[in-house]
This record gives sequence, structure tokens and C-alpha cells, in this order.
Amino acid sequence: MLIAVLSGFILALSLVITGKWIKGKGAPLVGLFPLALFGYFVSFFPAIMKGESLTFTYEWIPSLGVNLSFHLDGLSLLFCLLITGIGALVFFYTAPYLKEHIYLDRFFGYLSMFMGSMLGLVLSDNIITLFVFWELTSISSFFLIGFNNESEESRRSAMMALSMTGIGGLFLLASMIVLGTVGGSYEISTLLGSADMIKEHENYLWIIGLLFIGAFTKSAQFPFHFWLPDAMKAPTPVSTYLHSATMVKAGIYLLARFTPMLGETVYWNGTLIIIGSITMVYAAIHAVFRLDLKGILAYSTISALGILVFLIGLGTDQALLAAAVFILVHALYKATLFLITGIIDHETGTRDVSKLSGLNKVMLPVGIAGILAAISNAGIPPSFGFVGKDLIYEATLGFETLIWVLSGVALLTNICLMYAGFQAGIKPFTGQLPKAYEKVHLPSPLMWVPPLLLGSLGMVFGLMPFLIDKSLIQAVVNAMIRGGALDVELKLWHGFNLVLLLSGITLAAGFLLYYFLKPSALLEAKTNRWEKLSPKSLTKGLGGIFSGISKLWTGFFQNGYLRYYLIFALTFLTFILAYKLFKETELYINFNDLTGITFYEVAAMVIIAFAVLFTVLTKSRLAAVASLGVVGYSICLVFLFYSAPDLAMTQFSIDTLTVILFVLVIYNLPKYLKLSNQISRVRDGIMSVIFGALISILTLEVLNEPVLKETSQFYAENAYTLAKGKNVVNVILVDFRGTDTFVEITVLAIAALGVYSLLKLQLKSTEKE
Amino acid sequence: MAIAILLLFFWKKKNAQKLISVLGNLISVGIAIWLFYIVWENGIYFTQAGDWDAPYGIPIVADTLSAVMVLLTGICGLAVSVFSVGSVRNARVNFGYFPILHFLLMGLNGAFLTGDIFNLYVWFEVIIISSFVLLTIGGEKSQIEGSIKYVTMNLLASSIFLTAIAILYGLTGSLNMADLSLKVAALENRGLVNVTAFLFFVGFGIKSAVFPLYFWLPASYHTPPPAISAIFGGLLTKVGVYALFRIFSLIFIPDEFLLNLICTVAALTIFSGAVGALTQINLRKIFSYLIICHIGFMIAGLGMFTELAITGAIFYMIHDIIVKTNLFMSAGLIFKIKGTYNIKKLGGLYAAYPKLTLLMAIPLFSLVGIPPLSGFWAKIYLIDAGFQLKNYALVGFIILGSFLTLFVIAKVWSEVFWKESEELTAKEWVRYFKDLKPLKQKAIIIPILFLGLVSLYIGFGAEHIITVSSRIAHELLHTEPYIKTILQK
Repeated sequence: MLIAVLSGFILALSLVITGKWIKGKGAPLVGLFPLALFGYFVSFFPAIMKGESLTFTYEWIPSLGVNLSFHLDGLSLLFCLLITGIGALVFFYTAPYLKEHIYLDRFFGYLSMFMGSMLGLVLSDNIITLFVFWELTSISSFFLIGFNNESEESRRSAMMALSMTGIGGLFLLASMIVLGTVGGSYEISTLLGSADMIKEHENYLWIIGLLFIGAFTKSAQFPFHFWLPDAMKAPTPVSTYLHSATMVKAGIYLLARFTPMLGETVYWNGTLIIIGSITMVYAAIHAVFRLDLKGILAYSTISALGILVFLIGLGTDQALLAAAVFILVHALYKATLFLITGIIDHETGTRDVSKLSGLNKVMLPVGIAGILAAISNAGIPPSFGFVGKDLIYEATLGFETLIWVLSGVALLTNICLMYAGFQAGIKPFTGQLPKAYEKVHLPSPLMWVPPLLLGSLGMVFGLMPFLIDKSLIQAVVNAMIRGGALDVELKLWHGFNLVLLLSGITLAAGFLLYYFLKPSALLEAKTNRWEKLSPKSLTKGLGGIFSGISKLWTGFFQNGYLRYYLIFALTFLTFILAYKLFKETELYINFNDLTGITFYEVAAMVIIAFAVLFTVLTKSRLAAVASLGVVGYSICLVFLFYSAPDLAMTQFSIDTLTVILFVLVIYNLPKYLKLSNQISRVRDGIMSVIFGALISILTLEVLNEPVLKETSQFYAENAYTLAKGKNVVNVILVDFRGTDTFVEITVLAIAALGVYSLLKLQLKSTEKE
Repeated sequence: MAIAILLLFFWKKKNAQKLISVLGNLISVGIAIWLFYIVWENGIYFTQAGDWDAPYGIPIVADTLSAVMVLLTGICGLAVSVFSVGSVRNARVNFGYFPILHFLLMGLNGAFLTGDIFNLYVWFEVIIISSFVLLTIGGEKSQIEGSIKYVTMNLLASSIFLTAIAILYGLTGSLNMADLSLKVAALENRGLVNVTAFLFFVGFGIKSAVFPLYFWLPASYHTPPPAISAIFGGLLTKVGVYALFRIFSLIFIPDEFLLNLICTVAALTIFSGAVGALTQINLRKIFSYLIICHIGFMIAGLGMFTELAITGAIFYMIHDIIVKTNLFMSAGLIFKIKGTYNIKKLGGLYAAYPKLTLLMAIPLFSLVGIPPLSGFWAKIYLIDAGFQLKNYALVGFIILGSFLTLFVIAKVWSEVFWKESEELTAKEWVRYFKDLKPLKQKAIIIPILFLGLVSLYIGFGAEHIITVSSRIAHELLHTEPYIKTILQK
């Protein structure tokens, strides 16, 4: 199982080496790989049919509770089959579709990486691993949407899709982490056992709220849907595979998978019903007015995803059954429609539905596929779509409340979807063939066989539902129901009842709509007027505002002036220091403990004070430096008073040296410029005074504390006996704390090197970089 | 043992040759691995410099955190010195580029290994002065301007740090960290202790570039040659973070107020870094802002102050050091290929250099934390810790930061790799990648590949890293063994 999942990635990597061959003759053969996987998953049919499920576990990061554990039940199997089955067809289809494209190898690489991630996603039993694969599908989708990387539109759409699914992914991650913490495990199979506890936990709303955002962004639910129509910039095989059949259903899969664990609460069901119904109606109406075939299909896909969310939201056994069937129905007909759109685009060079007609005459098999898909889409008996639609109506009619609202919503959606399906599957093939397209010919069989095959399957399952009801659908539904043991039997004919009536109304209305409403640019333009209010524009506006804020924020703080940086830093320091000092410490200074002040000290202080004032106020650099020197010397005096003659000497020599150096440097500088105005001087002055005062208070406070002299006593006592030195300070410097001195010497050496290179190395302009 | 590392670096001072630099770094990686092995197997390893017992002498201590940091320094140092061989101009080499690079590495190692707070200050001096020199070598105007800002802010940090040390010494009469740990805990005037702790926070905060103290970083990191910004981007800010973790676990146990402050600062740091990256068009400036953003993640781990959160933060730091170093080297490579850092002008790398693109995709997407790459796993810990503490706002900022990182990197990808490239007029002062000798080309590519592999390992072998980080977190929160070992009680 692990190998099955990872093989996609291995294949992707191997394409780096075998790229040349793939670009040449190998292209059609790559499809054999997903086909083999398809066969592999089909082999699990008997086990699943018996209601068993299989688990495979490989340790990965046990200390985090993250394992590569795979669980194969009906739900996973359905998705695996869709992923590998449609995958195989798409791979075959791609070979001629992108024939001789220079990056065909990379395309296959991304595609198989995507397939691997998608398999991992639907098979993972560990929710963190699930998330890992979830993100990998997003990133491979990013590469695939941006495949035509030289078109700006493509790049922008790829960014948009990645942003939307990326942020959703992060929310999902948060949700999974909280879920894991609440439930005490990251394994779905374990979590299922504590479902009741999770639902009562205070973090339940966080879990589902964040999970919803993840699922809705991925499955393009309102108001996060807008990335999907944009993602249609990708080559058609990608749209078929990722953006209709598999990836966008990941969100649906997630909801279905967590239904038995988190479902059956008002919040869960209510949210899903509301979001699902808004999405399905909104997108279905949009689909009616599109002209671009891919646009039509994109919106109808969103609408179909809405139906699925809606059904999972209803949450009854009936509804879940309908969802299970509809996943398959939709995958079959929508993939077909996308594939034929790709063919039309490839051969005629346009996707504008108002220009296309009569193509039946030049590409009959494609037309047949289209019509089959449109029939299944519309739910005309005896197609599989009819079975699906019946189940949807049964679900809405069987719900506890609001039956007519729910059914009405479903009805409206189905009518619009039927129209959209006809536009995409029938309109281009019927009527007059325009002159321009007379020379159009049928493409390679690798391109037209896959849609025909998928289209026919939609019919086969409709006529013979017993092929899959017990074997697959039953297991799928039972995976979505807690402790599910539902017995499923699908039938084409249910007799005359309300459901049939609704189906009839759908068909009639759909036909009427198709007959009367012709697609036109005018109508599309009319709907575009609402664009300003659409979630897409709102999000864009929000993004604009956010980037404005970013600019302001960054510009305000990172304004390029060193003095403001210092002010920011010092203000921050001063404020909090002041707050802490006044709030938390007792400001009590015991003057009695302090030694008396002598005349000399006062004198030294007065000198320092004058010198500082002079430094600040003077207009000449030289004078400022000189008075700084005075400050230094006065400090020497203070040291001297406190019987630290060696410190005083050190300070004295350093000060002398500094002043001399300063003078040397200043000599070469231009004349003193008065850069600051009065106000900023006052501001700086106030800041310095406050800061100085705070530090002084702090120091005095510290002096109040009892002195611990253990260390210094040790130094004093042992300097002579152990370290053989008479001067304690010297001994500390060169022995007790020799390392410090040693390193400080190094600092000086480095500084010297630096000054040397700064003065001597002037890179010529030809050598910069 | 640790001294050996130091001596090794001194030895190099006289041999400013590329080969020796690379060899020296290889040896120091070897020693670092050995040190890590010893510490992992036997616990804390230490030497009393000058053989004076604690708390009187200066101990050199390697616990797991220090050993890991030294190892990471070794790895990045090795990569950068190889990269420098390919990318740094001879003129710079003649003026002591390599020795000073090694002084910097020595300073970093010293800071990671010292067990004495004043000694830490001294190592910080080494780091500042050598990074200052590295920033200015070459003497371009923008370099000087950036380095003035850099050095001013860092000197401010140093003086605050020094003030804090002085106050601490006044309170306790000791400088040994282990000794301080006991004495600070015994102090009665908690208010004063908290004030001192805050001073330390500001001092190290400036160095680790947190809000509102980060300004020096975006002002200076984009100016020096790529090899230098690589080592800066990877390691310099992390010393500050390391010091924060060390001080606030060993010496101070942060009070409620400080923890809240750290969390707020972390959130705003993430925000400032992310939105800053959003507004830039210079590749290296983008990465500089992202450094700030991700420092926020680590500080957030400190602010939450649970074992879970600290594990996450340490994991993130390990990942970030490798990836950021690699990113700045990649930026250097891009510059060598195209002659500009402006993402509006860049483009076409995907078409022209597919294999290099794949190579550079590793650090880019590791940084975003596309699972299972290295940036991802730490976030699980951070988010988990945030939810457990009910600090939803911080989790929100972490998510926002991750998202904006994703967005920014996707933008970089789209602009630099995907977009069709404009014909760039050749600038004569740029020596283009394609014109370099094959040996030099390899010297540029191999370190990127090497660090790429390391970050892949961090991602896929996350189990190992998690084991290490959780042990570090445990050691940080349970300091008794550390204190006992050092004071030999």
C-alpha cells in the first residue's frame, strides 16, 4: 500500500532522468502506470464487498503520533478507483494533447506527484498524514495551473488557487491539531471511538469551524469558490483531473470521512446545508450565463460540489447514499465533458459556445460521448445520472423539515445544471457546421476513446446498477454512517411517485430553457455587472487594503532613519521599564545606608554635569569631544575617590586615546551640520533625561539590596595563594577570567583588521557584487 | 574539547586561504558532531577555563542545545565557506575575508558554549565586531550605510545587556549562569528581578530582531556579498534567540507580565516581518523580512513557555538556520545568473536552469513549510501549544504568518522562476554564473545542494529532530542537572 501511494512520487522523480524519452516516444506509455494502480485497487473489491476494511501502518514520526497509516474502506476505495481510473485516461489523453510540448516530462511529473498525493489523502488514517498529502495536492495543483508559466494570467490564477487552498490548508491543520489533542490521537480509527466525547468538548466548534474552512476552500464552496473558474487556465487534462474529478472532491471526502465522527450536530448539519445550497444555486445560475465551455463546466462543477456538501449536510442515510452515488455520477459525466472540451479546443481553437455547432459531422465519436454525458448530467433515464437525481430528490423529500425549500433549491439547481450540461455536451455537436470548422478532423484515438468510455460507463451503470450497488456503493455509504450497516439496492425505476414528478419537472424545464435561452455575449456581460459584489472582487479589495496596510506599517517603522529606529527602541524600553519599576518595586531609597557625600564628589559631579550640558549644546564638534573627555576624566576622579586607582588609570588612558582618535577623525569630516530642529532636540532631551533617571533609580534600588560577596571574596582571598598574583584586579583579568580578556584582545584585533580593510580596500566599480 | 574548537579557529587566523578555510570548517563540523555525540550519550559536557572551579572561573558548557547550535554553526559555516570560494572576490579575500569569517564563527561557537554571562557578552562583542567588519569589507556606500545602522542598534543592545549584567551582579554578586540561577531564585525583591529580566529581554530582543527592535536587520542584510548575508541570515539573529532561551530558562523564570509581553511581541514580529516581506521587491530584502517573521515563531514558543511550545520553537530554529542560510546563498546564485535582485526584472530561471530550479525549490518550499518539508513539523507543536493555552490570537498570527510566507514565496517563484525573462543588459561589474570556471560553479552549487539535503533530512527524518528538540526543551525547563554539573554539588 505504501508503495502504491509513494509510487506516484517515485515516478515523478524518475521523470527527471527519463524526461527525454517521455517527451519522445514514451508519452503514451506513462498511462500504463495509473492503469496498473487501478488494477491493484480493483483487486480489493472482494474484501470491501464483504464489508471488511484493510489497514496498513508504517511508523514515521512516532513521537509526534504521526504515522503512515493507511486505511482502505469503501469510501477510500471509491476515491482510489476514481483517482487511478480517470488518472489513467487523463494520462493517455495528455500524450497527444500536449504532444511535443517542451515540458511534457515535467507535466507528467507533476501529474503523477498529484496522483500520489491524492491517493495518500484518501487512504490516510492519520489526520496529520492526511494533511501532508492535502497540502501536496495544493502545491501540485499550483504547478499544474501555472504550467503555461509564461502567461501572466496562468501565474496569477496559480497564485490565487494556492493562496485560497493554502490558507484553507492552514486552518485545516489547526483543526486537525486541536482534534488530535482533544481526542488524544491522530488516528481516525481511534478518534471514531471517542466521537461523543469530541462532540461535547468545548473545542468542538473550533474543530469543525476550522475544518469547514479547509474543506470549503478546497472544494470551492461559496464564498471561497472563485479560484476554481480561474484555475481553468490550466491545460484541459489538469482541469479534468484535478479541478473536476478528484482534487476538488478532497473537501467532500474530508467532510464524508468526518461525518461519523463530528456529524449529527446542529452546527455541522446546519452549516453544510446552508453553504451547500447557496453554492449550488449561485454556481448553477452562473453556469447558465457563461460562454466559455470551461467556464460553464467550472461553475457547474462548483454547483455539483455544492450539492454534495448539501447532501452530506442533510446527513440522513438517504442523503449520504445520494452523495455516494452522485460522487460517481458527477465524476463520470464531468470528466467526459471536460475531455471533449479539450478536444474541441485543441481542434477548433475556440471554446466559445456561441460559435460552436455541428461538430458531429466531423468528429462523431466525440459527439456521442458528449451527448451521453449530457444525458447523464441531465438525469434522463436510463442513465446513471437519473439514478443519482432520484436519490437526491428522495433525500430532500425525506428530510425532517423544510422539505419544500430544500427540494425547491435542488430543483432549481438541477434545471440550471441540465442546461449547462446541454450547452457543453450537445450544443457544439448539433446544428449547422460553420464553414470555418469544415476541415476539423478527429484527433488521435488516445484522445477520443477516454471520454467515450467514461460517457458510456454513465449509461452502463444506469442500466445495470446492480454492478456496483452492493459491491461498492454500499461500502461507501456505510463508511459515512456511524456503525453503518445499510443495505443498498439501486434501481432505475421506482414507480410513479413524487420523486418521479420532480424529475419530470426538471427535465421539462431544462428542455424549455435550452430551447429558448441561447447563449450570448450580451447576457454574459449583464451578469458580469454584478462582478463588483462578488466574493472574488471583495477578496481582491480586501487584499488591496491589506497590502496598503502592509505598506503603511512597513513604511512607518522601517523609514530609513537611524534616529527613529533608536527612538522606537528606546521608547519601548523606557515605557515598559518605567511601568515595571513603578508598579512592581517599592521605590524606597535608604539614604542612611549610603555613605556621606564629600566635597570632592560634589565637585566632580558638577564638572560632569557642566561638561555634559556643554557637549549637548555646543556647535563645534571639537568642543563636544573635548568636553566628553572632561566627563571621562571626572569619572576617573570618582573612581579614584572610591579607592580604585587601577580602574582610574585605565579609564584615564582610554579616554585620552579616544579623544585623540576622535580629533583625528573629526579633522577630516565636513563642517558640523545642524540636522535636528528645536522640537526634535527637546524630544531627544526629554527621552534621555527619562531614560537616565530610570537607570539611576534602578541602580540605587540595586544598591539597596544586601550585597552578596561570595565571588569577590574568593577572588580576594585566593589571588595570592592560588594564582600567585598580588594585584587582585590583574589576577581577575588574566587568570580567573582570563578567557574574557583573551577574547577581548581578539575583538580589538578584528577591529584593527576591519579598519585596515575599510581604509585600503576600495573595490573598483567593476568588481562590486 | 571545546577549547579545541576555539584553538582551531585561532590557528586559521594566519592562513587566509580558501582551502584551509574549507578544511578547517570540515574539521570543526567533525568536532561538532563528536561534541554532539558525547553530549547526547553522556549528558552535559563542560570545561572550566583556566581550571578555576565554578562559580569563580568561566565554565565552557555544552548541553544538548549548545551542542546542536554548535553543530548547526559548523554545518552552515562549512557551506558558506565553500560558497565563498566560488562567489567572493579576490580583492575581499586579500583583506581578511576568511579569517574574519572564522572569527565570526568562533564568536558564535563561543556564545553558544559559554556558561558565564559576562563571557557571553564578550562573545557577543566578537560577533558584532566581526560581522561589522564583514559588512563593511568592500566599502560600498550602501554597505557602509547599512552597517552603521547595524552597529548602532547592536551597540545599543550591548550596552543594555551590559547594564543588565551589572545590575544582576549588583544583586547577586555572581556571573556564572548556573550560580545565578540559584541566587536569582533566592532573591526576595522580585520586582527588581523582573525589571532586570526585562532589560535582558530588550538587549537580546534587539539582537534577535523582534518588534519593535528589528530595524537594523532589513537595513543591513541585503548589502554585503551573498556569502556574508547567508551566514548572517542563518545564524546571527539566532544567537539572540539562543540567548533568550538560555537566560529565560536558566536564570530567570519569566513572570506573567513578561510572558504576555513576549507573546505580544512575537505576534507583532510575525506580522511586521510578513507584511514587510509583502511590500519588498528586492529578493534579499524579502528574505530579510521573512527572517523577522520567523523569529516571531520562535519567540512565540518562548512566550508560551510550555515544553510543547519550546520543543516547537527549537525545532523551528534548527530548520530555520539551515534554510535561511541556504536561501541567501540561492539568492546569491540567482544574482550570479541574472545580475539583479529585483524580482520585477528577474525571470526565466525555470526555462533556462531546470535543475537549479529544482535545487532552489527545496529551501523555498521548506521555508513555507509545505509538508512534509522541514518548516512544517514545528508548526504542529506551536499551534498545539497555542490552543492548549487558549492563546487563540497568537495561533491566528502564526497562521497568518505562515500564510503570508506561502504567498510571498509563491510570488517569488512566479516572478523569478516562471515569468519570462527580460533581456538584461549585461553589467560589466557582474561576473555572470555562466562565465565562471566550472570549479567555481560547483563551489556555488554544492553548498546549496548540501544544505538542501540537510533540510530534506530535517523534514523527512523529523523523528530524529523531534527527539533532539524535545530533549532540549526538557533540559531547558528542568535545569537542576545543568546547575548540579556546573557547580559540582
